[in-house]
This record gives sequence, C-alpha cells and structure tokens, in this order.
Amino acid sequence: MLEIEQIHKTFNPGTVNEKKALAGLSLHLDRGEFVTIVGSNGAGKTTLFNAVAGVFYVDEGMVSLDGTDITFMPEYRRSRMIGRLFQDPLKGTAPHMTIEENLALAYLRSSKGKAPFSRISKKDRALFRERLELLGMGLEDRMRQPVGLLSGGQRQALTLLMATIVPPKLLLLDEHTAALDPAAAEKVLELTKQIVTEHEITCMMITHNMHQALELGSRTLMMEDGRIVLDVSGETRRDMTVEKLLQEFRAGTGRDLDNDRILLS
Amino acid sequence: MLFITQTALELGFMYALVSMALFLSYRVLDIADLTTDGTFVLGMAVSVSLAAAGHPFLAIPAAMAAGACAGFVTAFLQTRLGVPSILAGIVTNTGLYTINLMAMGWSSNVNLLKQETIFSLFRATGIGGDWYELIIAAVITIAAGLVIIWLLGTRLGLSIRATGDNRDMVRASSVNPVFTVTVGLCVSNALTALSGAIVGQMQKSADINGGTGIVVIGLACLIIGETVIGKGSVKRGVLAVIIGSILYRFLYAVVLRTGIVPIECLKLVTAVIVGLAIAMPALRNYAAFQKRKWSAGRRKGGR
Repeated sequence: MLEIEQIHKTFNPGTVNEKKALAGLSLHLDRGEFVTIVGSNGAGKTTLFNAVAGVFYVDEGMVSLDGTDITFMPEYRRSRMIGRLFQDPLKGTAPHMTIEENLALAYLRSSKGKAPFSRISKKDRALFRERLELLGMGLEDRMRQPVGLLSGGQRQALTLLMATIVPPKLLLLDEHTAALDPAAAEKVLELTKQIVTEHEITCMMITHNMHQALELGSRTLMMEDGRIVLDVSGETRRDMTVEKLLQEFRAGTGRDLDNDRILLS
Repeated sequence: MLFITQTALELGFMYALVSMALFLSYRVLDIADLTTDGTFVLGMAVSVSLAAAGHPFLAIPAAMAAGACAGFVTAFLQTRLGVPSILAGIVTNTGLYTINLMAMGWSSNVNLLKQETIFSLFRATGIGGDWYELIIAAVITIAAGLVIIWLLGTRLGLSIRATGDNRDMVRASSVNPVFTVTVGLCVSNALTALSGAIVGQMQKSADINGGTGIVVIGLACLIIGETVIGKGSVKRGVLAVIIGSILYRFLYAVVLRTGIVPIECLKLVTAVIVGLAIAMPALRNYAAFQKRKWSAGRRKGGR
C-alpha cells in the first residue's frame, strides 16, 4: 500500500542549524496494516509523517501510495487519499464553522463533493448525523453549533470522523490523544480502533506510550536519527515487553531511548 | 432631515458593497486586502468611460470583471509568488493608478454630460419618483448580499471560509488554499468595483483620486455594523455591513450639515474610530490586567 524508498530530508542545509531529519529511510506497508511508531525526541517521526503527507517534498527518494507515485504530488491532492490527525485538537477543525459545515468540508474528498456550487443536502445531513451518533457524544444534536464550543476531546473525535468519513487509503495519527485528558484520550483511542478496524484502513500511529505501542495494531517501528532502527511484527512482537524493546533499542543504537514524555508504565 | 436620510440611505447602500467586499476578504478570508482603493477607482473609471461611450448597462459587468482581474493579480502575488498579503495589495494598488488613468483615456477625470446612465434611464421610467436612486442602489446591494450569502453556503464557499478559519485543516481536507484565496479575492474585488461603478454613474464622473481612504471607511462601516448587529453567521455579517454603511453615511451627513466636526477632519475622525475599534480587544485586555495588578497591590498593602 505505502512504499517509501530511501527518502532523505535535511532542514536548513549548509547552516549551523543543519538537521538531517530523514536519512535514507525505507518502509513498506501492506494494505490494512496498523503500525505504531515510537522513538526519541527528534528521531524524525513527525518528519516522516510530513514527508508522506506532502507538507514538504523530500530531497531524495520516492514515496508511492497504492501504486501511484506521490513524491511530487502537492499536499492538498494527497489529502484526498491520506487522512491526518495532529496532537493539537485545534488543528483539525475550523472553529467558527458549524459541525455540519466541517463535516461537509471533509466530505469534499468524496466524488459526490466535487460540484463546487452544491450545498449540504438532506442526504448529507442524514449521513453526518448517523456518523456522529457513532461517537456517542451527543454531537448529532448540535450539528448547527460552531465547533469552537466543543471540548478538546470532542474536537479530536470530530477530526477523526472527518478524516475517515471518506475512508482514506492511509491514516496518519501523530500522538492524537496526547493532549487530551485520560478519559477523553481513552474514548478517542477506542473510536480510532473501531473505525480503523471497521473500514480496514491502513494506519500509522506515533505514540509515546510504550505499552500502547506494543498493544495496538500489528507492527511496531522504532525510529532514531531519521532511520528505522527496529521493526517488529507477528510472533516476535507478541513476545515483546517494554523492557525488551528498550534493550533492543540500546543494542541497535548504542544509547538509551531519550524521550521526555515517554510512558513506561 | 428627509434629505439627510435619503442621501444617507443612497450612499449607504452603494458603499455597503465595499464593506461587503472587506467582510469577504478581511473577516472571512482573514486577509487585509489593500487593493480596495485602486479597485474602487477602477470600477468607477471603467463604468463611467463605458457609459460615456454609450453602454451604461454593459459598464456594470465590465467594471466587475476589471475588479476581479485586479483581485486576481493580488491573489497571484501572495499565493504563488510569496509576496506578503498586505504588500501584495499595495503593489497592485500602485500599479492600478496607471491602469485607471488608461481606463479614463489618460486623463485624471471623466465626466458624463448628456450621456445616459443606469440612473437616468431608470428615472425615465418614472418608478419610485424622487427615490429612484435609492431603489437602484438598494436593489443592487441587496442582490449582491444575497449572492454572497448563497455563495458562502456552497461547498466552494465552505472551503473559502475554512481557508480563513484554519488553513492547516484546509490543506488536510483536500482543498487547495491557493484556489480558495484566489476566488475569494476575485469576488471581493468585483464587489468593490461594482460599488465604484454605481457611484461613478450616479455622480456622473470618475476621478483618479476618488478612492482614497475608501478601505478605511469600508472597515469603519464593517465595524460599526458588527457592533450594532453582532458577529457570527454569514447572514448576520452581510446584514451588518449594510446597516453599518448606512449608519456611517447618516453620521457623515449629519456632521456635514451641522458642522459639529469640521468636514476637513472627517478622515482623521474615521481613522481614529477604526484604529480604536480594531484595537479594542487589546485595550480591554490591558485594562483588565491593570485592574488585576491594582487590586493585587491593594490586598498586599492591606495585610
């Protein structure tokens, strides 16, 4: 599904702030795979996501999605195929627009959303309502309210719904529960599992919770210095513990995992 | 009094289109579009020149098309060429000075003497009696307002609104912000030019300096309207600019008649009002902070 070949990205080249964020990273993802990603601060996890989503173009290498070469495809066009959630729940929704307007915007990704002068129809509204009910947050009765009135957890749940209302080929989750309170985080994570399983969406998730990394999904990657230093799945992953994972990391890089927000519990 | 009311309503409706354009660019898209002054004169110049050539009706859409082109240039500068948005407007505005002279046949003003205008043609029908100018202005402005309300409710309109509200989200939702900014600025400048086009035909003249400061007056009307009507939905915003514009022109007419403020000072007064209104949130924060500091100091002193 996703094919990344030897991608490089250097920020501020030729200055004292030069930073090799991605150093010849390669990755292959099968359809329906759910990959969790852990790594130190500045290991290049978010940079990898940005390279895939097209926030910038890579210096070298190739990215392809579902057989299409997207290396030089602009960000907004990739968004038709790639859904994204950020850590900041405010980033994914337009605060001064209503819930249904936000959903309608996300629904533009579908072929039905192409007519520029069409309006939100009754049918669209019924679909939005049906999807909002799945969240179990009572948002279906607040569809005409501006999104700015919602809590962080509600906004993130709505963003998740928006990213998947047209099932994307790839879903990128960048610590999307990290800024929420524990109850909301759990709820959003539960919804994520549910939606990803239901639509069999290929998914990558960055997390700083080591347990979560091993528990969720089918494969775990560990990144360091813009490379993947550990890639476990199947049998090996089932037997993996957090301690073993940290040991493997030390063996692979010769140093300890350094992330000030990492959760070992 | 009747005369003041009539004039205020007429001018209010005509200039409301400029505020509507600013509502679209400044409020919806969150871009301070300083092309406005030049575009207003462009609309005037194209409209009056074409009316002088005997095409008063064609003059209106032609002026709007010219305005849209000006908006496109500003949008192109800021979206494709990386010119900061305020500067992009100023650059286009400067260039428009020459374009406007050209549109007026390389002279600094054009006058309509005996040629027909949309106003004189409508007056000949006898509808509305003395209020014929007001009827034309109101019909055009209300129609434009309805079109804007309709447009911002479509999928394209939602994309434009989201571009001003949260640009990160727009890119992640498959909308191209370059496209939405371009469409938004084209529409808003077409509205400004429409305003210039009607004002020009009503005054029967176009002047190269006719648009000086129009952007600040437009903002003043927008802010007055929002204070009276309130912010929120698109419908409210469009209503606010019309009411705001009429109120501003009413105040203007009263000042002009009574001489409370010398007429030479009106631009300064307008600028001060706009400056204060935009600074209001910051001033309110500052006042609240000083109050807290003061009460905290008193508590300490009392102990």
